[in-house]
Amino acid sequence: MTPRLSLAAALLALSALPSAAEDAGGTSHAPEIVPQDWSFAPPFGTFDNAQLQRGFQVYKDVCAQCHSMRLLSYRNLGEPGGPQFSPKAVEVLASQVQITDGPDEKGEMFQRPGRPSDRFRSPFANEQQARALNNGALPPDLSVMAKARPGGADYIYALLTGYHPPPEGFELAQGMHYNTAFPGHQIAMPPVLSDNAVAYTDGTERTLENYARDVSAFLMWAAEPKLEQRHKTGARVMIFLLVFAVIMFLAKRRVWAKLHHRDASHAA
Amino acid sequence: MAHPSTYQPNSGIARWLDSRLPIPRLMHDQFLVFPTPRNLNYWWTFGGILTFMLVVQIATGVVLAMHFIPAEDRAFDSVEKIMRDVNWGWLLRYSHAVGASMFFVAAYIHTFRGLYYGSYKAPREVLWILGVLILLLMIATAFMGYSLVWGQMSFWAVTVITNLFSSLDAVIPGLGTSLVEWIWGGFAVGGPTLNRLYALHYLLPFIIAGVVILHIWALHIPGNNNPAGIEVKTVKDTVPFHPYYTIKDGFALVVFILVFAGLVFYSPNFLGHPDNYIPANPLQTPPHIVPEWYFLPFYAILRAIPDKLFGVIGLIASIGILFFVPWLDTSKVRSTSYRPIYKWFFWAFVVTCFALGYLGAQPPEGWYLVFGRLFTFYYFAFFLLVMPVVGWIERPLRLPGSITESVLGPQKAKAARSPSPAQRMPEEVA
Repeated sequence: MTPRLSLAAALLALSALPSAAEDAGGTSHAPEIVPQDWSFAPPFGTFDNAQLQRGFQVYKDVCAQCHSMRLLSYRNLGEPGGPQFSPKAVEVLASQVQITDGPDEKGEMFQRPGRPSDRFRSPFANEQQARALNNGALPPDLSVMAKARPGGADYIYALLTGYHPPPEGFELAQGMHYNTAFPGHQIAMPPVLSDNAVAYTDGTERTLENYARDVSAFLMWAAEPKLEQRHKTGARVMIFLLVFAVIMFLAKRRVWAKLHHRDASHAA
Repeated sequence: MAHPSTYQPNSGIARWLDSRLPIPRLMHDQFLVFPTPRNLNYWWTFGGILTFMLVVQIATGVVLAMHFIPAEDRAFDSVEKIMRDVNWGWLLRYSHAVGASMFFVAAYIHTFRGLYYGSYKAPREVLWILGVLILLLMIATAFMGYSLVWGQMSFWAVTVITNLFSSLDAVIPGLGTSLVEWIWGGFAVGGPTLNRLYALHYLLPFIIAGVVILHIWALHIPGNNNPAGIEVKTVKDTVPFHPYYTIKDGFALVVFILVFAGLVFYSPNFLGHPDNYIPANPLQTPPHIVPEWYFLPFYAILRAIPDKLFGVIGLIASIGILFFVPWLDTSKVRSTSYRPIYKWFFWAFVVTCFALGYLGAQPPEGWYLVFGRLFTFYYFAFFLLVMPVVGWIERPLRLPGSITESVLGPQKAKAARSPSPAQRMPEEVA
């Protein structure tokens, strides 16, 4: 193969690949995810506390019926860079659930109201119970869900707003639901959110879109609770490095100028 | 480069130490006045960057190890605990994860630079071989480190890669299976596997550090190659390492850290796979098992070869062949800049590596497989056919008379060769 020909072959190969991707992936069952505007988008984004508080309300009233968030504690709800409920509110939220503790001095397990240091209470005792009560499907833990799917918060929003009647000729399996965002478009989770499903008290409109957006933001915070600290630290580090880079560049030029000066004086 | 020592101990303690363990003399001769070709471009700054990245990985890794729990049912949660409850744990963990990627970015640029400028040719063969050995150790270390997260991709990557050894069953029935079970410490990937991967992941970076010292030693005997690929002839072809290259490497390092920090702070999961935030589940295979981006070209080669055993041999050979590059390339000229035919094949090879990287992330079927095979063929043909044959038939361009001439052009270089004593700069004397 001549060099020119090999290069041409390489370029041809690269240009042919994207079309191959479409053939292999198929277009009809690909998930449809539309990017949303989020308050926490990099590089300077922060969480909207009120939105996270509403999102927690949606999680608590709807999602938590089936989905655990085992990596979070109630105390996290009051920490900076999150929903930032007041310490009193965190205590009240925690005490609303019954936690199994023990064993006590008689060797018995007992129930007590939750404390801020407790992990979020899981809705099911174990995986088997969860499957038995959900038609054989296991509702996944949501702690890091916003990082565990391509698209992240955009995907969760698209999924929660993606329930539609199936198109003509689409065969749904028993107990499954049609969803445009889910890979394969068949999901075991029923459409649980609808307008007026959660009683917002801060005047935000009680629409499916608002619920979906707020709970997606909440899940993003749950997956990445240090995001605000990361963005803030990042800005400082980047400014420092930019200034440092300029200084290093000027210093480098100055050091090498000695050599260039020497060359010039020899040539003269 | 071997050169007479110019170190002058200037205190009693320095004289005392110099006659017992002359570390200050070593530092002075090798890192301050070390004569370095004056024409090194920015592609030469990645050696320093790689040393920095090794230090970053070890420093962040040691602290992460204080919080990580290498147990099947606790590893994933302990990583999340680092992200949530350890002070600056998110910074440590993201720096370590993104750092692995940046380490490979720098290592691949460094390797391609060596290939382009013929830095593997005599008298630098041992230097090159040690470099390939470091790359091999880096691959092993990164693979083990990725497994420790114990997410879905971690678990299934370990399963796929360790299972490769079972291909030895085709040579001696039972050998591969026994070997795989010995590696696993059981009959499947599990807790014992995780524990040993953790132990080795902690060990290998220090072995890398040892080989890096040998690599630098082997560099300081013949001295640096350079973009012209010609030997240093006079002291005027060189500048002292400090301050000329400490400042140039330093500037490049800061720019590199800028990119590194940009990823850590604004897109820490950009290079990772979302599936690795799903805890490992031995009962559920992900639809597409893909390795980290830096292994994708090798993964494409593995899957391009239809036979399992030969696929594994191809995978090992794709790195192993680099050891023989000093003897496969028959050209007398080092720098590809002066090789009009080889130049085209070299850039086709670079394109091939990128294409294999792309194909490694795609399912091995249809056109992906066809192109995977074509590029795999060229990958090996580049080393086994192009390197020996082009070296014989090619007529290289005329090389510059000296490094100084390659920088200044023939006229000025001539003037620079005969300076009057009054015009000499102090560092030339040194």
